[in-house]
Amino acid sequence: MDIYRQIILDHYKHPRNFGHLTKPDAKIEEGNVTCGDRIVMEVNASGGKISDIRFSGEGCAISMASASMLTEKVKGMKLAGIMKLQTHDIITMLGTSLTPSRTKCAVLPLEVLQKAVHIMNK
Amino acid sequence: MIDAARIRHDFPQFTRKIHGKPIVYLDSTATSLKPWAVIKKEQEYYTRYTANIFRGIYTTSEEATKEYEDVRVSTAKFIGAKRPEEIVFTRNTSESINLVAYSLVHPVDEVVTSIMEHHSNFVPWQQLGALKVWDTKEPLDKIITRTTKVFAITAVSNVLGTILPITKIIRKVKTINSQCMVLVDAAQAIPHMKVDVSDWGADFVAFSSHKMLGPTGVGVLWGRYDLLDAMKPYQYGGEMIQEVRVEKTIFKKPPHKFEAGTPHIAGVIGFGAAIDYLTKLGMDNVRKHEEEIVTYAMRQMKKIKGLTIYGPEKRAGVIAFTMKSAHAHDIAQILNEDNVCIRSGNHCAMPLHISMGIAATARASFYIYTTKSDIDTLVEGLEKVNKLFS
Repeated sequence: MDIYRQIILDHYKHPRNFGHLTKPDAKIEEGNVTCGDRIVMEVNASGGKISDIRFSGEGCAISMASASMLTEKVKGMKLAGIMKLQTHDIITMLGTSLTPSRTKCAVLPLEVLQKAVHIMNK
Repeated sequence: MIDAARIRHDFPQFTRKIHGKPIVYLDSTATSLKPWAVIKKEQEYYTRYTANIFRGIYTTSEEATKEYEDVRVSTAKFIGAKRPEEIVFTRNTSESINLVAYSLVHPVDEVVTSIMEHHSNFVPWQQLGALKVWDTKEPLDKIITRTTKVFAITAVSNVLGTILPITKIIRKVKTINSQCMVLVDAAQAIPHMKVDVSDWGADFVAFSSHKMLGPTGVGVLWGRYDLLDAMKPYQYGGEMIQEVRVEKTIFKKPPHKFEAGTPHIAGVIGFGAAIDYLTKLGMDNVRKHEEEIVTYAMRQMKKIKGLTIYGPEKRAGVIAFTMKSAHAHDIAQILNEDNVCIRSGNHCAMPLHISMGIAATARASFYIYTTKSDIDTLVEGLEKVNKLFS
C-alpha cells in the first residue's frame, strides 16, 4: 500500500496556491466535521475560466494534498469543465487507491470548489 | 491477575492475519472483541431452541424464555440492582437514554449534562428538553437548580478516560434538588470496573452489551422500579401489553412494558455469557489489568516527539492524543499498515473537542486482552508516523 506517495507528501508539506485572494469572486468554506477537515476555496474567474485560485484550511494529508493538486489542475480551466469533475478524476489525480472513508477526505476540496463555481454561475 | 496473553486464545479474531500480520486491536472503547463463549452461546439459541419467547408452551420456547430471563437476573446481580424487574433490554446505550428522555422530558424541562458526554447522552436531551451544559469544573450548585428535572452524566469519558466520582456527584445533586433525577451513562464504566448502581445512588443507568464482550444490538437500561412503573412506555406494540380492547390498552408491568416487539433474543442470551465471562475474571482484576496497561502506554507514548495526550494521569483504559507531525486520520492510516486499529475523529464527543479547541484526536483504548506487546507495536507505528511526516 502506498497511499502516501511522495507527490502527496510533497503537496501536503508544501501546499501550492495556499493562502487568500485579495478580491475573490467566490469564497466557500466547508468542513467534514467528523474528521475535522476544513477547506476554504477562493476563486476568481474571467471569460468563463478560472483565472486565479487559493485554498486554506486544515486537514489530513489526503485532503490537503488533494486541495493543493486540484488548484494546480483547475487554473485556466473552463467553469463548465470543473462542474463535470467527479470522484474518479480526483483519485486519478492523486494516483493512489483510497478506502471509502478516505475518499471523502480526497473529494472534499472538489465539493467546495464546485460550490464556489456554482455561485459564480448564478 | 489477568493473563492477557492466555485470554487471547478465547478470542477467535486474534487468529486472523491481514497481509500476513496479526491484528493489534486498540479500539475496545468503540466495541470489544467477542470470546468463543459468547459466540457459541448465541449460536446455541439458533441451533437448539430457536423460538419466540413468552408465547409458546412447547419445550424450546420455554427454554428460550428461561435463558432470556436468566440474563435479566445475572445482569441485575452484575450491577448490584435490587430486582431483575429493574433491567430493561434495549438495542444499545443510546436507545436506553432515549427511552428515559422520551418518557420523562418535555421541551420546557431543564436538563443538565456535561461537556464531556458522548453524543448519545447529549443530543437526546438537547432535542427533547431545555439543555444546560456543566463544564465539570464549576461547582454543581452553580448549574443544578430547584427546577432541574434530569441530570445526565457519564461515569467515564470515552475520550479523556476521566473516571468521575459518581457517588459523590449524585449525593451533591440530590442535596441541591432531591427531585432531580440522575441518569448515568455507564457504557464506558460497567465493562471496565466494578459498579454497584445502588452505591451510586442513581435513578437510571444505561450501558451496552457490545462494549463488554457481548453481541451488538443489545443495550441495558437499569431504572429504579418505582420510576419505571410510573413512566409511559417508549414504544408500543407486541409483547408489552396486558390487555388490548378497541378503545384502550393496559400495559404490562416493567420491564416488559418497555420491551415492545420481539427482542434480540439471541443477543441477550449471548450477553449472558459475556457477563459470566467477566464475572469469572473478576471486575477488580479487569480494572487492575487496564490500569497496568494504560500506565505503561502513557509512559511509552510520552517519549514520542510532538505527541500530546489529553485527560488526567489516572484514568480508564483510553488515551486520546494528537501529534504535531500528522492529522489524526493520517496517524490511523499509517498504523493500519501494521493492522494496528485505533480510532480517529471526535469519537462522538464533538462538544468536548470544540471546548478543547481541537478538530480531531487519535484514540487508543484497551481491554482485558491488551498486552504490553500491543502497546510496543503502537509506539513503533507512531514513530513511523513521525518519520514519514517530518
